Amino acid sequence: MREIKLDALVIGGGAAGMAAAVELTRQGCETILIEREERTGGVLNQCIHNGFGLHVFKEELTGPEYADRYKHQISQNEITVHSEKFVLKVDPDKKEVITVGVEGVTCYKPKALVMTTGARERPFSNLRIPGTRPAGIYTAGVAQKFVNLQNYLPGKDAYVLGSGDIGLIMARRLTLEGMNVLGVAELMPHSGGLARNIAQCLDDFDIPLELSTSVVEVHGKERLESITLMNFTPDTMQPILGTEKVIKCDTLILSVGLLPQNELIEDYVKADPVNKGVMVDSHQRTTHPWIFAAGNNVAVYDLVDFVTLEGIEAGKAAAQMIKEGFKECKQIPVKRSNNVGAITPLFCCLDDNPFKFYIRPTKNMDKGRVKIGPDIIQKVELGLKPSEMVDIQITREHKEKIKEMGLEEIIVEIEEV
Amino acid sequence: MEKRKITCISCPLGCEIEAEINGDEINIQGNRCPRGKEYVINEIKDPRRVVTSNVKVNGGQFPLASVKTTGAIPKGKIFALIEKLREVELEAPVNIGQVVYKNLFDTGFDVVVTRPVEKL
Repeated sequence: MREIKLDALVIGGGAAGMAAAVELTRQGCETILIEREERTGGVLNQCIHNGFGLHVFKEELTGPEYADRYKHQISQNEITVHSEKFVLKVDPDKKEVITVGVEGVTCYKPKALVMTTGARERPFSNLRIPGTRPAGIYTAGVAQKFVNLQNYLPGKDAYVLGSGDIGLIMARRLTLEGMNVLGVAELMPHSGGLARNIAQCLDDFDIPLELSTSVVEVHGKERLESITLMNFTPDTMQPILGTEKVIKCDTLILSVGLLPQNELIEDYVKADPVNKGVMVDSHQRTTHPWIFAAGNNVAVYDLVDFVTLEGIEAGKAAAQMIKEGFKECKQIPVKRSNNVGAITPLFCCLDDNPFKFYIRPTKNMDKGRVKIGPDIIQKVELGLKPSEMVDIQITREHKEKIKEMGLEEIIVEIEEV
Repeated sequence: MEKRKITCISCPLGCEIEAEINGDEINIQGNRCPRGKEYVINEIKDPRRVVTSNVKVNGGQFPLASVKTTGAIPKGKIFALIEKLREVELEAPVNIGQVVYKNLFDTGFDVVVTRPVEKL
């Protein structure tokens, strides 16, 4: 078995991993980036729509353009990328990572490990929808890969289940490519995607959005032939008998959420049940001192820009640990209160470094007061919704205030006003 | 007088903007920035969209290159553009920014490649 000793190993070559690897290299650490696919970029490669990069590059880019900016930085910094590598095992006790690739099995022995493994789409089998199991049912990301990378169209008549942004974007994409998109069903009484995607992906093409509606059965032997839709009560989400409607379609596209991917380290680090990702502190450190994490395996972010910024922070913190050893600092745990869903980081380090909280509201609010502390920051935000994270900057002064007040935990709440 | 509710697509905030249209006079409410006002006025007078899609590439590492319009084109021209793009075949290698169509529909905007495709 080939053995490679190095400073830092980054697992996953998407937005977070590319940013972390570039930062580590800039700080003088010998770094290798491991990628499962042939090339870096992750899901950005197939997201050909625009809207990326407003925070990081101050301009609106498409996914491939955003990825390309970082690919250039990777080659400029002469970062070694080991692609088409599959990680078999992460062993934090021995500080080893075992991979398999075309040249065989390799054992990496890094001083620090950065996990940027992203998220996976929730699969059809996870929805427990009764009926047959025919061909023609795809997650939105798989359909996107077919259409945007491989030049295949998944079918003729499509229905979309779930109104997440990828589902809305695929409704438009499939329409433009000549498919007949019959509608989008969303179990919740509100859309899971951004309002602007409802406007430009559905309304522009007269694709109906059916709220409080879901697919309750799929039909067809070899290929999907039809689906049964049913309405649900908006508050208790119970199916309403008698509202069944059969829709003929040969393709069902699923946009029903992303699940952070942490199987490799889940036995060694703490995860958060709401974020469904690994818990990190304000330096992207997990609960294991050797392991850092950033991106969608920590919490599912709305914007790739945020993922890049967290990747840079993970790279910085890992570089510091490699050079100076692990630094203990007082960590204040973050506790959720009213109307707060996913939130990261979950520990605030009481050092001088500023950081950002990313907070997902659990419901629509015209106006809400985001309270951190609760008395450290109180900020009124308009138009809060579950499809959009709020980001709140924590400065050195805020940290001073936390110290002065002797807070043992930081409570985060969104109060409806 | 006509009243319309328009969701601004200029940024992820997606403001719900109410517009009162009196002939040439448009009064708006609910925008959080000047871009919202500009968007709604355009949306009423001449709705436009940036369009992204793919074109075929021969002899490359991928069969497709993604493309975009360099500015927003009239909404009514979206499908005409898609039809035009179906006829395009580029030869690898292609680079980001490579022009596929210049001055598309006399809009002053081009269609450019957004993904590099290396020659195989």
